[in-house]
Amino acid sequence: MSDERRRMAGGLDYRHGRIELWHGSGGRAMAQLIEELFETSFDNPFLARRNDQACFEVGAGRLVMTTDGFVIAPLFFPGGDIGCLAVHGTINDIAMAGARPLYLAVAMIIEEGFPLADLKAIVASMAAAAKAAGVAIVTGDTKVVERGKGDGIFITTTGVGVVPVGVEISAERARPGDAVLLSGSIGDHGVAVLSKRESLAFETELLSDCASLHDLVARMVEAVPGIHAMRDPTRGGLAALLNEIAQQSEVGIALNEDAIPVAPAVRGACELLGLDPLYVANEGKLVAFCAAKDADRLLAVMRAHPLGRDAARIGTVVEDSRHFVQMQTSFGGHRIVDWLAGDQLPRIC
Amino acid sequence: MSTVRFIDEFRDRTLAARLAEGIAAAADTGRTYQLMEFCGGHTHAIFRYGVQDLLPANVKMVHGPGCPVCVLPMGRIDHALQLAREHGVILLTYGDLMRVPGPERMTLLKAKAEGADVRMVYSAMDALACARANPGREVVFFAIGFETTTPPTAIVLKQAKAEALSNFSVHCNHVLTPPAITSILASASDQASAEAPRLDGFVGPAHVSAVIGYRPFEAFVRNHRRPVVIAGFEPLDVMQAILMLVRQLNDGRCEVENEYTRVVTRDGNTKAQALMADVFELRDSFEWRGLGWLDRSALKIRAPYAAFDAEKRFVLKTAAIADNKACECGAVLRGIREPVECKLFATVCTPENPIGSCMVSSEGACAAYYTFGRARPAMAPALADAS
Repeated sequence: MSDERRRMAGGLDYRHGRIELWHGSGGRAMAQLIEELFETSFDNPFLARRNDQACFEVGAGRLVMTTDGFVIAPLFFPGGDIGCLAVHGTINDIAMAGARPLYLAVAMIIEEGFPLADLKAIVASMAAAAKAAGVAIVTGDTKVVERGKGDGIFITTTGVGVVPVGVEISAERARPGDAVLLSGSIGDHGVAVLSKRESLAFETELLSDCASLHDLVARMVEAVPGIHAMRDPTRGGLAALLNEIAQQSEVGIALNEDAIPVAPAVRGACELLGLDPLYVANEGKLVAFCAAKDADRLLAVMRAHPLGRDAARIGTVVEDSRHFVQMQTSFGGHRIVDWLAGDQLPRIC
Repeated sequence: MSTVRFIDEFRDRTLAARLAEGIAAAADTGRTYQLMEFCGGHTHAIFRYGVQDLLPANVKMVHGPGCPVCVLPMGRIDHALQLAREHGVILLTYGDLMRVPGPERMTLLKAKAEGADVRMVYSAMDALACARANPGREVVFFAIGFETTTPPTAIVLKQAKAEALSNFSVHCNHVLTPPAITSILASASDQASAEAPRLDGFVGPAHVSAVIGYRPFEAFVRNHRRPVVIAGFEPLDVMQAILMLVRQLNDGRCEVENEYTRVVTRDGNTKAQALMADVFELRDSFEWRGLGWLDRSALKIRAPYAAFDAEKRFVLKTAAIADNKACECGAVLRGIREPVECKLFATVCTPENPIGSCMVSSEGACAAYYTFGRARPAMAPALADAS
């Protein structure tokens, strides 16, 4: 225990305590918060050194860097919370380059009055997710804003990782003839979060799928180093991802609706709310584009991993100067799968 | 939620293929069948599931005006904008309306970004809850929709009166389906109107008919000699209704038939009708985008509920505001133009940046065509390979 810490009147009051402005003002209260909560939870030698940065060795290969801001409501949802989401989200963005994630940095903007108990739960969730993923949170920053100037808590995570030599995964590399592989069912996260929205609350046993995908990716890259493109379908859902890749790679994509896994609870909720699962968010799924000859091998590796058990080949990359994503519907017709305009809204009629 | 069943049953490919064969066999190759689906819900289903692909070339669907957001004229959107921006109320409405462009392309969404208090609700009851939670603020529910969304608005008005809520009112834009169909039928049978498409029959409304029943359509069939088949919003419902229409036309029959028997009866939901009659009365005339002023085609709030009528409670300027000259929404709503025939379609007017109302709602013909159907004819060989 440090000298400053000993001078404080007592430990943080997690039962009734709330974040106050001075927790972000650089004084003792901030030091106490960092030491008692962040250092203890994230527990690693980089943080213990108390520098304003972390210094580490990097092995061979290219360095990957990414950052992501997390602003969600509600903060806690079935199957997760903003804390683990902030860890999984950034790890996944690193992993989608085929990279091995190394370290994370965290910046928190907390609103005055935010319950310390909630903060503790969120930090514990981040620590557990980071530990499970084997990725240390090595540096961070805390700011407190006045009541009314934030929405509880905003978290930004930044991550670095290393791409193995010979791996070249990028959004513009999908080629006509490529197979499109999806790692599992879509829409679970979005529906789990929606079920807890104040204006919409409904009962569901569904849990968010939020998970770190780097281990799955490591197996995939090992089996097929020549994967062309890979991305995780988060906001905007599968539809947004496919349109992004079609645009970047200047190709079209032909989907088969029958092949796209959707959990019955997600279908039911989407049906009631008038939503299309193709546009609903995910936090633990990925889509990979690979040469047709590699597709069976890659799919087998994905299915052998717990996070890819329900993986499926959902379509094919085709030549199309308009870069449309088209789908053979289960009904027997076809349609475009377009970008989402604005938010998905329930129908009125 | 896992108890939601009977989704796939109404979207079964094998049954769809069988119906498609039935329609192809029944359709006389010596003629065409031009059928209008009135409701946006049907339009949406036709595009989302690719129903048109399963129809023979001589059976063509013409998209009707049954999209609540699409038919709301500019002047009414202007009322919503005035309430939100000039009267400082909490304005509540259904989501699609937020993006409909009003005068000078202003929208409720833009007004919200400017600082107006505009909120989206999922049900009319949410509006009432908002009024209770904000006793110091004026709360206005901007109510839109056909007969489907009207009973909930009636309940909310009755409840507000029972609770003597002093800060709540409704801006009523509820419209009626039968006068709109009559207007379309009249325009289609009007020989002077050379532009109007020939309409051989109608796929009648689903949810609307659940409320009003199918009896109101019997008069149209008699007066206008066009068959009507009431159909559900599932793609198999639509195909079954098309087959029934083709058979009626082949037989020279003109009847109201009910495909949606699992929900719709001849008399409909009489409780909901009584509720509506208690709270609302007919307006002498109401302006529809695309169809113009139609007599006795919309509802207003009855005198005993006048205290909750936003049109009486606030001084609102009403101006006739013309739509963008190049926008073909009016013709699209009447079935005269296909969305792709509009110069603005997919160029200036897109779902992200809509000029006309038909590009806003997913029930609008332009948005449905843009979102699902732009690729026609599709890359059939490639799609067949995708497996």
